[in-house]
Amino acid sequence: MYDITDYHEATSLAEFFKLAAADPKARIVAGGTDTLVKSRAEVPAFTGMALIGITRIPELQGIEYQADGTLSIGALNTFVTIEHDPLIQKYVPLLSQAVSLVGGPQTRHMGTIGGNICNAGPAADSAPALFTYNTICEIQGPDGIKDIPIADFYRGPGQTILKPGEVLTRFKIKAADYQGFHGHYTKFARRNALDIANLSCAALVKVHGEQISDLRLCFGAAGPTPLRMPVAEAYAQGKALTDATLAQIGQLCLRDTHDITDWRDSKAFRDHLVTVLPGRDITAALRGA
Amino acid sequence: MKHEINFTLNGEAVTCAVDIRKSLLEMLRDDFELTGTKEGCGVGECGACSVIIDGRTVDSCIYLAVWADGKAITTIEGIAQADGQLAPIQAAFIEAGAVQCGFCIPGMVLASDQLLKDHAQLSRAEIRRGLSGNMCRCTGYQKIIDAVQLADAKRQADPKTVVLPHFNIER
Ligand SMILES: Cc1cc2nc3c(=O)[nH]c(=O)nc-3n(C[C@H](O)[C@H](O)[C@H](O)COP(=O)(O)OP(=O)(O)OC[C@H]3O[C@@H](n4cnc5c(N)ncnc54)[C@H](O)[C@@H]3O)c2cc1C
Ligand code: FES
Ligand code: FES
Repeated sequence: MYDITDYHEATSLAEFFKLAAADPKARIVAGGTDTLVKSRAEVPAFTGMALIGITRIPELQGIEYQADGTLSIGALNTFVTIEHDPLIQKYVPLLSQAVSLVGGPQTRHMGTIGGNICNAGPAADSAPALFTYNTICEIQGPDGIKDIPIADFYRGPGQTILKPGEVLTRFKIKAADYQGFHGHYTKFARRNALDIANLSCAALVKVHGEQISDLRLCFGAAGPTPLRMPVAEAYAQGKALTDATLAQIGQLCLRDTHDITDWRDSKAFRDHLVTVLPGRDITAALRGA
Repeated sequence: MKHEINFTLNGEAVTCAVDIRKSLLEMLRDDFELTGTKEGCGVGECGACSVIIDGRTVDSCIYLAVWADGKAITTIEGIAQADGQLAPIQAAFIEAGAVQCGFCIPGMVLASDQLLKDHAQLSRAEIRRGLSGNMCRCTGYQKIIDAVQLADAKRQADPKTVVLPHFNIER
């Protein structure tokens, strides 16, 4: 049994705010694939409190293409839905590819994209893609609604800017952030399924002839949060697409990553991956482009 | 604390006052005495506890029992045919010799059955990916994949033949 004190099911946002206000210590649960695992492991912040289920709240569902080309993705979409959704596949295929690599089929059926980001794990597989698309997180709380760029959403491993009573409702990706881009994601792990990335890298690239006109890179598990690579991205602007450029991009990523040694891998090996994965991702993204 | 929930279990409408602290796995095994669903890891890693919820394969160990409210759930006890004959996928597991200790098999059979339902045809690679959430410590997987291929081939050969030859396990 889980060490929880009560369970409430919120069936609308209004009901969620009421439940959250009545029990400020209660924790949100979406698919539960992080929450219930942590509760089972008796992680203090995940035991001894009530859970508020949010998966039946309509405002957090659906994937919509808005009039100005913005893609609005409800936080409760599961990995399976996102992988196969025609709008996602058409406009932000990098996200579809990235979430296809999460856990196993069972994990992808239950795990939500909102839970993946709110759990704030450094290796979350949806994060690098969402960072490169400059995704905006829509947050709703008792004080109203706000839009926060995903890069400002994280405070550290497992920590976000969400305050008690707030819920991440949707992810929004503007047309200018996906149009003309090609993307690829590498999850570098020991197994093909049911494994967490030792290091991961998403590349989103735009080319003009043989030149890179825009490059966005984001690493997972190369620091306390997912990290964009400002130095390498600025360098790439206008550079010819050559092996030398790709190698230099990889080297410059080391300026922005903060690899550490842990039980999964050494810092030396991670640093090596940091230098080679961007080039591989850029090449793969442009294959057939 | 208990919540009253209503759901469909192996085709039958059921009502249950369930402890909100329980996982679906615990409710199935303790409250319904359906012990075919196994607990391996208890944390979503192994698939031994797989059940089918509204046509999706889910790990019941990391699924709150109260979430069953309003859902249709199939466990290994619910997949044999109405007349008691094994389901085609169960028969295929036996024919292919895909079972050793058996602990992973309820989850494997359910995941395989749903995979077949979701795809008109399956390649070996698709079977591997479709079963990648189910671990087996005995068979080495090859014969399990053979079994799913066998079931797939049999339904391709004659889609109307739902019933496979009856197997006599006594030998
Ligand atoms: C076996 C297994 C394998 C896994 N493999 C991977 C993998 O390969 N890659 C990967 O990235 N992850 C993996 N995970 C982790 C997990 O599946 C994902 O992080 C998933 O996206 C979590 O989503 P959820 O809906 O289950 O979140 P939950 O567990 O319900 O919630 C996670 C956290 O976010 C909060 N939360 C959830 N939704 C919201 C919201 N809308 N607003 C505010 N707060 C919210 C919760 O309070 C909780 O703190 C794996 C998990 C398991 C069990
Ligand atoms: S017991 Fe549920 S996945 Fe292992
Ligand atoms: S047959 Fe023993 S674990 Fe699969």
